[in-house]
Amino acid sequence: MRRLRALIVKEFIQMRRDPLTLAMLMLIPIVQLILFGFAINTDVKHLPTVVFDQSMGQESREFIQSLSATQYFDIRGYAASYDAIRRAIERGDGVVGIVFGPDFARRLARRDGAAIQVIVDASDPMSASSAIAAAEMIGLRKSAAVVAEATGTGMSPVYDVRLRPWYNRDFRTPYYMVPGILGVILTMTMMMITSMAIVRERERGTLEQLLVTPMRPWELMVGKIAPYLGVGYAQLTIGLLVGRAVFRIPMRGSLALLYLLTLLFIFSTLMWGILISTVSKTQMQAMILSIFGFLPSILLSGFMFPRMGMPTVFRYLSMALPLTWFQIITRGILLKGVGLESLALPVIALCVLIAVFLGVSLFKFHRTLD
Amino acid sequence: MKDAEAAVSTVGLTRDFGSFRAVDGVNLDIPRGAIFGFLGPNGSGKTTTIRMLCGLLRPSSGSGRVVGCDIAREGEAIRRRIGYMSQKFSLYDDLTVAENLTFYAGMYGLANAKRRERVDAMIALADLRGRERTLTGALAGGVRQRLALACAIVHEPEMIFLDEPTSGVDPAARRRFWETIADLADGGATIMASTHFMDEAEHCTSLGLMYAGKMLISGSPDALKRELTVAAGKIWQARVPDSIGFLDRIRAFVSGGILDAYIFGASVRVLACGARLPADVAGAAAWEEREPTLEDVFVHHVRSSAGMEGQRCDA
Ligand SMILES: Nc1ncnc2c1ncn2[C@@H]1O[C@H](COP(=O)(O)OP(=O)(O)O)[C@@H](O)[C@H]1O
Ligand SMILES: [Mg+2]
Repeated sequence: MRRLRALIVKEFIQMRRDPLTLAMLMLIPIVQLILFGFAINTDVKHLPTVVFDQSMGQESREFIQSLSATQYFDIRGYAASYDAIRRAIERGDGVVGIVFGPDFARRLARRDGAAIQVIVDASDPMSASSAIAAAEMIGLRKSAAVVAEATGTGMSPVYDVRLRPWYNRDFRTPYYMVPGILGVILTMTMMMITSMAIVRERERGTLEQLLVTPMRPWELMVGKIAPYLGVGYAQLTIGLLVGRAVFRIPMRGSLALLYLLTLLFIFSTLMWGILISTVSKTQMQAMILSIFGFLPSILLSGFMFPRMGMPTVFRYLSMALPLTWFQIITRGILLKGVGLESLALPVIALCVLIAVFLGVSLFKFHRTLD
Repeated sequence: MKDAEAAVSTVGLTRDFGSFRAVDGVNLDIPRGAIFGFLGPNGSGKTTTIRMLCGLLRPSSGSGRVVGCDIAREGEAIRRRIGYMSQKFSLYDDLTVAENLTFYAGMYGLANAKRRERVDAMIALADLRGRERTLTGALAGGVRQRLALACAIVHEPEMIFLDEPTSGVDPAARRRFWETIADLADGGATIMASTHFMDEAEHCTSLGLMYAGKMLISGSPDALKRELTVAAGKIWQARVPDSIGFLDRIRAFVSGGILDAYIFGASVRVLACGARLPADVAGAAAWEEREPTLEDVFVHHVRSSAGMEGQRCDA
């Protein structure tokens, strides 16, 4: 116990002696959350739009008005030819091109498939799908109105599909991005810090002096982890405050439960870093190894892409990432307001990960220099 | 009884790095209370030997006992009872003097009162009173070495390994360092200190000379010198103008009356077979008889082991 205390005290002193790093660790959640929270938006509005209107009538103008009323389309200009639209999209002046044929008004009057061509720059699928969905919606709605008027049946549709988006009614991206980014930030900082911890002592030669003391490997590891549990909690708190103040993210479940379960997540991520540190020979190796672990965390954890859509192999792989389980925990507690009974699987999974990381680290840690 | 055993004893201690044999069948026997000087040029295997004794490297073959415990099986017990100061400075630069000492005292499990007492004593030993709050990274070379020694012995180990403790330290500080070491030995500790400074050998009660992984000779300084004159002959020294050219001419006599010849400062020294120099050599310069120094002993053994000169007198 005296040894463990000595190690923890030493780590705290060293952390305090490096206030710049500490300040950065505290600033990262604020800056990143604000950057990502505003920048990442899967519901893309205000797409620059160019129109080539060959019919030049009241009807086409009305349709364009309906489009811009959705806020998905910003009419930037009128093109004089098909070619002009292509050039506008190639230059990036437009992402959407809308073309009305010369006989648009005539065909509309005859109810004979009045064609509207919607050209989208699908090299960016996210904005393309927003444009497509919005344009289709307007087309359907306007058709239904015309049909209803003609048959005099009123507006009630035959199939009445009623959408009830639970937990995030307005599809607000920050609601799920903010907890996600928080997990990403914690993964990155926690893993990077401890991945340097032991290998740095090895490189500086201080490990050699430690190894001739009666210290046990687990004491060294716990000593390295303990101060950063505190840092992790500070980051979580800052992140939640920013999320609440800036993005108004809901906090429907128990915050106490969130803090309790976050302990498992931070601990497993720190332990992952320790594992990297014990197998690395140099700090450079440790850095590269942690990037190697960090990228899959971003891509496979469900932070960016839903895990349901992944091939089976990757879905299994994602189960080895602490961030995967943290996403489930934060979305569950903050957005859905669920309790511990719905989070048994993530809790068990994180415990298993901690045990595996710790076990492999202890197995790989050599008491000797060879 | 364990305590009556030698502080360090090894049999055929060997360490390979790949196909390279860094330490080759070293036999050590260091009695308790000794100051054992571990001499040898760079790369001769001193650090590797000390690391094996401290449990930092596993021997490839051979065995060893330190403070009565087996180095292969009883590492835990050994670690509690030895102190080790590594060749490379290995304290925390971002901790202060007192914090480093307190940390290592804690690592050896010293209880609060005892810890304060020992940290205080070590600050006195390292002569760092008044600089307890200085960051270790800001200390000068010699002072850092004193602090490193203090950290290595904060838990009062009975066996102390010092790997080149005086490298990068000025001569005055080196002298003080050896005084401290003598004090520790007076207090009952056994010390094994490596160095590549020949003059430091005089501070030791016994010596071992490493060369290319092998222990060439060992014994007390006096015994080693005596051995040289008994086994060979007398040491003669002369000041000559062109010492290098002179040495070339003299060397022709090696195995024919002299055992060895080498440059010694501004002079040339020869180790004669028996009491007299061959007539031709004797006439070549104004020779004076000298007492053998440890340097004579080591130069002779290193050169004969490297096969550079004839090794025996064919009298
Ligand atoms: N970890 C290692 N891997 C490979 N070779 C090593 C290693 N450590 C030492 N050596 C080699 O072993 C030899 C002896 O080294 P060392 O024990 O450090 O000598 P000394 O301390 O006497 O200068 C040297 O040639 C050195 O290059
Ligand atoms: Mg060495």
